[in-house]
Amino acid sequence: MWKSSLRIVKPRDLAEALELISAGGKPVAGGTDLFVRLRKGVESPQFLVYIGELSELRVLEEKEEGLVIGAAVTHAELLSSPLTEKFPILRLALRTIGSPAIQAMGTIGGNVVNASPAGDSLVPLYLLEAKVQLCGPEGERELPISDFILGPGKTALRPGELVRSVFLPFLDGSPYPYFRKVGRRRALVIAVASLGALIWTEGGRVKKARLALGSVAPTVIRPKEVEEALVGRPIDPEAWRDLVPLLSSATKPISDLRASADYRRKVAGSLLLDLAQSLQNRR
Amino acid sequence: MLLRFRLNGRPVEVDVPPGRRLLDLLREDLGLTGTKEGCGEGECGACTVLVDGKPRLSCLTAAIQVEGKEVLTIEGLAKDGKLHPLQKAFIETAGVQCGFCTPGFIMAAYALLLVNPKPTRQEVREWLSGNLCRCTGYEQIVEAVLRAAEELSR
Repeated sequence: MWKSSLRIVKPRDLAEALELISAGGKPVAGGTDLFVRLRKGVESPQFLVYIGELSELRVLEEKEEGLVIGAAVTHAELLSSPLTEKFPILRLALRTIGSPAIQAMGTIGGNVVNASPAGDSLVPLYLLEAKVQLCGPEGERELPISDFILGPGKTALRPGELVRSVFLPFLDGSPYPYFRKVGRRRALVIAVASLGALIWTEGGRVKKARLALGSVAPTVIRPKEVEEALVGRPIDPEAWRDLVPLLSSATKPISDLRASADYRRKVAGSLLLDLAQSLQNRR
Repeated sequence: MLLRFRLNGRPVEVDVPPGRRLLDLLREDLGLTGTKEGCGEGECGACTVLVDGKPRLSCLTAAIQVEGKEVLTIEGLAKDGKLHPLQKAFIETAGVQCGFCTPGFIMAAYALLLVNPKPTRQEVREWLSGNLCRCTGYEQIVEAVLRAAEELSR
């Protein structure tokens, strides 16, 4: 249990929330990660600012160029909203998060700020080249997800700043979406390695590819060399096999209680072939 | 803070620190000990309750997060002295062994049937993946949920 004396305040609006955060408050929305850290005593903020119900952070709105997802929108809400139909890759990944209760509590903003190398929702955000929209005492700014996340638990967030929303630009065409995470079991698992992809094809060959790997480096990574090498390849696992070492060398995994670095590297390579197989099987 | 919310259909007003866990508020302040604490960190599902119709882990919820909301616990399921079909089905299929995980399973299953009244066996299994039973009576638990779904859709 965490301390009941822990102060939590609920601001009326975003402006008040920003004042409280500037005064040293730590934002909390779903609490699925933060409350665990408080319980373990690895973090002890002065006080918490409950932002989970602020209307400014609860928007889910389609614009001409893409979808705006408020930071406090939950995974369950994204999974059930018709607005995410245009982003099947997002749904594939969100479905693998925790349990239904965790999905109903956890938020997209929370995942982005936690910056876990194993964040399941982060893989599609890298694939979709999402923008993180921030607000703070000095106004608003926007950063690509890959510039916002700097390392495990490290972000470009400045003191007093808050993630307001995540912007997903619409894609050209309908690329094949792929997401697979490998862990010790299927339920509630933290990935040993995960691969997400968007593959545009033309005439039985790869026209364009975006790949993102989770849990094999300090952040989610896009192995650009492999993405480029895939262009023009036939859709056949055998024709991709020589890229496995290239993909493995793009990873910088660690050994921890879940898996060794070597195993993570091997799994990442196997996932590339699984992607090819799944692409071949789709017809 | 003076916290107001609805609990099992009735309005509640209680003076509580805003950072108190919902689990402790329910069990210790309000005497509803049906909701259990297993792991205390969101892995086991024993503390599952419904907040505004959605499943929520009460061990990772602060009191302030249910302000103005509708909370449903295992104690709120039976009506007029009659068990809810889910509770009855858990007894009939022997989906209860030691019973510790049961309230969490039943509340999670209740949340499933709200969004999917006729789930397949696979859907029940996947939905309940966040609830652990250490007596390993999963088969009977899945059976109970399917039986209750049938009973409720009659």
